Amino acid sequence: MRIEGTALCMGPDIDTDIIIAGRYLRTRDRTEWARHAFEDLDPSLAPRLEGRVIIAGKNFGCGSSREQAAIALKESGVKGVVAPSFARIFFRNAINIGLPVVECDCTCRAGEPVTADLGEGIITIGERSYRIRPLSPRMVEILSAGGLVEYWRGRR
Amino acid sequence: MSTLSEKILGAQAGSYVDCRVDRAYVHDGTGVLTLDAWKSMQADTLARPDRVYVLFDHIVPANNSVTAGLQHDLRLFAREKGLSFTDVGEGICHQLMGEGIALPGEIVVGADSHTCTLGAFGAFATGVGATDMAAIWVEGGTWFRVPETIAVNLAGSFSGRAEAKDLALTYVGRLSMDGATYRALEFVGEGVTTLSMDSRLTLSNLAVETGAKAGLFYSDDVTCNYLKEYGHKVHPQHPDECSYLRELYIDLEDVVPVVAIPPRVDTIKPVADLEGMPLDQVFLGTCTNGRFEDLDRFARIIRGKKVKIRTLVAPASRNVLVRATESGILQDLLMAGCTVLPPGCGPCLGAHQGVLGEGEVCLSTANRNFRNRMGVGGEIYLASVATAAASALSGSLACPKEVTG
Ligand code: SF4
Repeated sequence: MRIEGTALCMGPDIDTDIIIAGRYLRTRDRTEWARHAFEDLDPSLAPRLEGRVIIAGKNFGCGSSREQAAIALKESGVKGVVAPSFARIFFRNAINIGLPVVECDCTCRAGEPVTADLGEGIITIGERSYRIRPLSPRMVEILSAGGLVEYWRGRR
Repeated sequence: MSTLSEKILGAQAGSYVDCRVDRAYVHDGTGVLTLDAWKSMQADTLARPDRVYVLFDHIVPANNSVTAGLQHDLRLFAREKGLSFTDVGEGICHQLMGEGIALPGEIVVGADSHTCTLGAFGAFATGVGATDMAAIWVEGGTWFRVPETIAVNLAGSFSGRAEAKDLALTYVGRLSMDGATYRALEFVGEGVTTLSMDSRLTLSNLAVETGAKAGLFYSDDVTCNYLKEYGHKVHPQHPDECSYLRELYIDLEDVVPVVAIPPRVDTIKPVADLEGMPLDQVFLGTCTNGRFEDLDRFARIIRGKKVKIRTLVAPASRNVLVRATESGILQDLLMAGCTVLPPGCGPCLGAHQGVLGEGEVCLSTANRNFRNRMGVGGEIYLASVATAAASALSGSLACPKEVTG
């Protein structure tokens, strides 16, 4: 499982209310969540998320369990999220809906190219390479399938 | 020698376990997404439908026809599959699961982060996302990584002005918003025996605000007596000597009324430092502080007086509202000028019934004060029930006096 994109830097403790505000949750239209991603942080961000790898500070995805947060990022074209630590529900949700998440404490410079191999456990940002804890084979399988739903369907 | 989480999950911290799930619940928000995921998994049955609960609380009654339509689909599904279903007006999912459903030693999962509330009964209770929940509907179980445990060791008893919510905010402040990520909290020490069931629910409720997966109490006489009222005969759980990752000691006598300053739950200051700060709204309710004991405490302070700012009260369940009615508390609230909302989450998640306007400040008894949560440009200060009551009377942030009968 490889991810590739350009770096988008963010601070610590990004909560799920900031990723997608509660006022946009009541719909089945996933593109609606993508359109409003990070709106309360910076309303101009959503259209610029395509092809990005978010490199954030600790405790990314804290707060509400809303799975729409992970879906909003995936739908808006975010390739993955890298942070020293994640809130556990967000982490599980991200794997389950097929959004790669990487635990790594690394330096971010906006716009640098990012590549990562999750099975191998390595990430490169610009010129810098970091070792990361490889995800379990089952997690990699779920991610490669595109999420738990697709993984399940594939096993039937 | 094991922690309570290790005992319930049946393995040592750090191991991955596949577990049966004793109770699995969703609400009107997460339930819709769970149903969609379940449908796309192309399963047409649920492994243990008698253990699946659907409880409407987040936006009840529906605020517009889109919400109403989504709720309608989920309601039909719950009926068709014969699931336990509670409709509009019954109350908040965590509260209802705590009214005689979740029991000590059980594994409880909810598609909501504050599922940790039910740890107050000595259950391993934790939140999951919608897709995880759909897989639980299909399989009847799920995997966990058994968490390491941080002990919150309590001594003494409250001095009168402070209450469980102040203690909860105090421990969140000490641990910080990610101080217990991936871990469980266990509340231990002789101070625990002085805490009522309602107080314990408040303490377990805030566990997730430190990133914790669960916040557990060992069941004891208080738990057994509470559950007896609901017709359950349960037994106390006895703690082992076990090794905690870390221990936090708090003497209840040292706890003072505090507020959490937006936008972080872990920015804690004594109320005394901010006394007189102007407020626009006071909100009493939520899965943190909408229980009978909370309404009762609030009513004792405002009885016979008038609130100076708009004050919203949302009882956590119909049961709470009925008790408040029977005991005359409801009348006290109404006569004092409070607006009483139907049982449910009320304005907690900023969807209806008391959303804030730009620049408005709310003092809330809830558990989250993130930016814009209750309305764009509004600010939320979190505090105890007594602080909320004293502030409603003064129209600005006020320190509670000693609460007496
Ligand atoms: S009361 Fe608030 S925190 Fe509790 S379940 Fe409802 S929305 Fe969530």
